[in-house]
Formats: sequence, structure tokens, C-alpha cells
Amino acid sequence: MLYRQRLAWGALALLLAATVGVAQEPIRPDPVRSGRDFQAPETRAMQDDDGANPGMLWVARGRALWDEAVGAARRSCASCHGRADETMRGVAAQYPRVDPSSGRLLNLELRIQQCRGERQDAPVPRFESDELLALTAYVAHQSRGMPVAVSVDGAARPFFDAGRAAYFQRIGQLNLACTHCHDANWGRMLRGDRLSQGHGNAYPAYRLDWQAVGSLQRRLRFCNTGVRAEPHPFGAAEYVALELYLAWRAKGLTVESPAVRR
Amino acid sequence: MRGLDQQSLLGRRALLAGAAAGLAWPVLRVRPVAATPASAKAAMDEILKGREPTPGRVKLDIPVLADNGNSVPMSVRVASPMTASDRVRSIHVFADGNPLPVVGHFHLGPRAAKAEIATRIRLATTQTVVALAVMADRSVWSDALRVEIVLSACLDD
Amino acid sequence: MAQALVKIQAQAKRGEAVEVRALIQHPMETGFRRDDMGKPIARDIIREFVCTYAGEEVLRAELQPAIAANPFLVFHVLATESGEVAFRWTDDKGVVQSESARLTVS
Ligand code: HEC
Ligand code: HEC
Repeated sequence: MLYRQRLAWGALALLLAATVGVAQEPIRPDPVRSGRDFQAPETRAMQDDDGANPGMLWVARGRALWDEAVGAARRSCASCHGRADETMRGVAAQYPRVDPSSGRLLNLELRIQQCRGERQDAPVPRFESDELLALTAYVAHQSRGMPVAVSVDGAARPFFDAGRAAYFQRIGQLNLACTHCHDANWGRMLRGDRLSQGHGNAYPAYRLDWQAVGSLQRRLRFCNTGVRAEPHPFGAAEYVALELYLAWRAKGLTVESPAVRR
Repeated sequence: MRGLDQQSLLGRRALLAGAAAGLAWPVLRVRPVAATPASAKAAMDEILKGREPTPGRVKLDIPVLADNGNSVPMSVRVASPMTASDRVRSIHVFADGNPLPVVGHFHLGPRAAKAEIATRIRLATTQTVVALAVMADRSVWSDALRVEIVLSACLDD
Repeated sequence: MAQALVKIQAQAKRGEAVEVRALIQHPMETGFRRDDMGKPIARDIIREFVCTYAGEEVLRAELQPAIAANPFLVFHVLATESGEVAFRWTDDKGVVQSESARLTVS
């Protein structure tokens, strides 16, 4: 325990020292590296093998849900979208994306909730429910291996700017921004974790700590409480904008969902 | 939605942990009372029934430094031709630092091709894992491995 | 019950050792945890997994809370004749989940 505490103090000192001279510029990490590279070999092996990756259970459930007729009109996702491996290929790589009709920035979860609620006339699945995670993982999985490619221009620009500002904003009692850990210190150890560059291309991902699949926002809430800042509620506009900035930063990486993380 | 409740609980704990350690990251975890090696021995005795296990023939494979105690890959391989008369009947795995010492009993039936199983296990803390193999001739062979856990599994969160 | 996934090749040569990987979605609740209100969370685990092939047992596993959530098992079937490989998981509440696959042996 003493050893742990000393490590913690050391890590904090290291972070604060590193804050000097961090530019407030929208920089991309160079070279860009997936969070997978910072995982233990066993964890990487688990992600790489579909027969061993527990995240594939959520994908399989999502595949079943895709064809299930629900709601007043007894429509399934397939009734409108047909085969997911054709119509959803590459979609997740472009999210978050501005919904032209409402002008809102939607991540994949919000988009699926919208289809469930408005187009299927069915109950909207809650954030982090198995149903929403399974559908999201299934749709995201159709883009696995495809490069992350979001639009940050036009209607998306104000959201991108907000996300970027949030990324560099110091928050919480520890007064740290995302950039202090994920730009200035990636590759270093923080307690039991090796800090990655903080990309979102893994999600929805299976985390050993969660013993389940969870969303990118669940991960972001952890990063907030870690610096003793109040997390936003799931689906908050602040997080969706941050997701857009993260996707822009992840240029050069491919969608890995469902990845496996510690 | 137990996962989320758990998370907010972690949030509160994190605050306490942070006050003690100066950093709220990550959470301090509470460990359940570990099985005493005596209870591990009692659990093994149920299989051994007075026999002495001989070290050898069994190969237990686990990363000696496991990243997360919630899910540690483990495999057990036993040197055996797996013929009708010369084969492994069962494999038994124990963890002496877990709240319950038995991890699992694996019975290999007539259609098992190899004396081998792999799974993922929970290890509450740094401890010794033991594998026993019971042969068709009733002899028992064993292997043991000390496994260090980087951060304990949250068995009691 | 839950979502299960089994990976096994469809064809094999007689005498071949065929690898099986079986995954099932299950929290494997240990019975040692407490909820937000401090109440113990009841144990809920898959206590038994059985695989049979052409009616005969390949593996019978008695699982304990020390098996990780979403239990994963790898083992080998001895290909002897064309037949059904059946998988059965039973949890603490007695709920049974079954899957099967056909193995063609030449
Ligand atoms: C009644 C028809 C209908 C049903 C049923 C439906 N959707 Fe949709 N979905 C649409 C339409 C129309 C759009 C395009 C909306 C737009 O561009 O403004 C869309 C868009 C989407 C998108 C975004 C595609 C993109 O290229 O941006 C995703 C993802 C999606 N739906 C998933 C689902 C899922 C998952 C289900 C089932 C839970 C589902 N949809 C059910 C009609 C439907
Ligand atoms: C005190 C350091 C710290 C701060 C500040 C921090 N994080 Fe993290 N973050 C971590 C740690 C530790 C992990 C887990 C290890 C890893 O993957 O980096 C993590 C993981 C992540 C991941 C998952 C990466 C993956 O591949 O699974 C993302 C995304 C992320 N952080 C984004 C953010 C964002 C956005 C912010 C700002 C709101 C932020 N983090 C602030 C420490 C931090």
C-alpha cells in the first residue's frame, strides 16, 4: 500500500511537472498509436481473436437485435437498413456526425436511440443498457479495420471547436486536462495503467475492469472522476463534442470495436 | 444497471482514496478475506483422498505478472497419450489466495482428444495457483505457479 | 438465458484433435460483492458446462466464482465419426443454455 501511494505521488508530480509548456494547439499525437499498443500481450491477444474476445458476445447479440421486429409498427432495423454488412459498413468511422434535420451532433448511440424511438416507435434503450451497447457494437463492428474519418467542417465546425476546447480545459481538483495525460505523458505508467494517447477507436470496448462492454462515454466519465471532476451525464453534448475532437485526433487509426482494454 | 451503480460507488471511494493518496487515480480496492492456505489444503484433500501428488507431467501456464485480476488467462496441459487406458480423467485448479480456493474441476470424457484445458480466471491478489491431474491409474500429478497481480480484482466493490 | 458463441471447424479427419472455443455472456456474480446500499449481491454463476459429441462426454466442467465473467473455455474433441457436438451451460438458478454444431468426419 505504501508502495502504491508513493507511486501515486510520483505520478502526480510527474504530471504537474509535464504541464509546463504544453501548447494549447490542436496537435495530433505523433506517431499516432492505438490504445491497443499499450495493453499487455494477453489483452492484445484477446482482442485479436474473435473466438476469445468477449466483446464478440455483444456483437452477436446486436446481430440478433438487428433482425428483431419491435415497436408499434413491428419494424426491425433490417426492415429499413437491410443487411448491416452492406449498409452500415464505414458508418461508425464517420461518427459523431451532424444530423441534418435537427442540426445536433449525434454519436452512434444517440443515432441508434433516435431510430429506435422515432422510426421504430419502440422504447428508447437506455445508455449503457445491454441492448444499446449490443446494437452499437454491432454497427461499429461493421467498420472494423476502416480508417476513422470524421467531418469537422461546415455544420460540424462549432462542435469540433467545443470538443477541442474541452480537451485542453483543466478540470477537477487535480486541475488537469486530457492533454496532460494523453499528449504529454503517453507511454508512461500511471499506477497500474500505461497511459495511451486517449483515442476512442476502441469503443464500444470490453474492459476487464468492467467485465463487460461499455461505451466511450463510460470511459470518459472515468477520466473525469480520475482527476476528481464531476462527470457529465451520458449523452451530454459536451461528451459528444469531445468524441468528435477525439475522432479527429485519431486520424491514421482504424476502428477496432469491440477492442479489449484493461 | 449494476455496472453504473458500481461506478458511482467507485467515484465516492475514489474521493476517499484520493484524500489519502493525494491522487484519486485509480480507485483503492477492498479485498475480501482470503482463503487461508488451510482451506485450500482441505479443498485439495477432497481430490487427493490421501494420495500424494507428484510434481511433473502437468504444465500450468499463467502470466506470472497478470495485468488485471478480473480476467487472467490460464491453461493446463498434461503429458498423456490419452488412450483408453492411459489418460487423464480430470484436472483440478486451486487458488490459495481467493475467497474460495477451488477455481474449477474439469472432467475429461472419452471424447476428449487432449489432456488440456484453457480458461480465464479471477485472482483476488498475488497468490499461488495449483493444478492437479488425476490419471486413469489413479495417480495424481501437479504443478504450481506464483502469480503476481498488478491490481487486485474488485471482488468486493 | 444469454448469448453464447462457439467456434469449431465444420470438417475434420478421423483421429484429428479439433479445437473448441466456447464463450457465454454471464456476470459470474461471486456472492462476495455488495451493492450501493451495502446489501450483499446474491451469487449467480454458471456452475456447470458440459460438451458431448455423438452422445458421449468430451468435457464436464464444474465452475466456481473464480472463473472470470463471460466464461471462456478451450478444449479438444477427438473426431471419430460425423455427429453433433452439443454444449450446455447451467447456472445457479437452474437456467440452461444450449448450443450445438455439426462435425463432419472423413
Ligand atoms: C423506419 C425505418 C428505420 C428503421 C426501422 C431504423 N432506421 Fe436507422 N435510419 C433510418 C433513416 C431514414 C436514417 C437516415 C437519417 C438521416 O440521414 O437523417 C437512419 C440512419 C441510421 C444510422 C446512421 C447512418 C448514417 O449513415 O449516418 C444508423 C447507424 C442507424 N440508422 C441504425 C439503426 C438501427 C441500429 C436500427 C434498429 C435499432 C435502425 N436504424 C432502425 C431509418 C430507419
Ligand atoms: C490523470 C490522467 C488522465 C487524464 C487527465 C485523462 N485521462 Fe483518459 N485515460 C487515463 C488512463 C490511465 C486511461 C487508461 C489507460 C489508457 O488507455 O490510456 C485513460 C484512457 C482513456 C481513453 C481510452 C483509450 C483506449 O484506447 O481505450 C480515452 C478515449 C481517454 N482516456 C480520453 C480522455 C479524455 C477525452 C480526457 C479529458 C476529458 C482524459 N482522457 C483525461 C488517464 C487520464
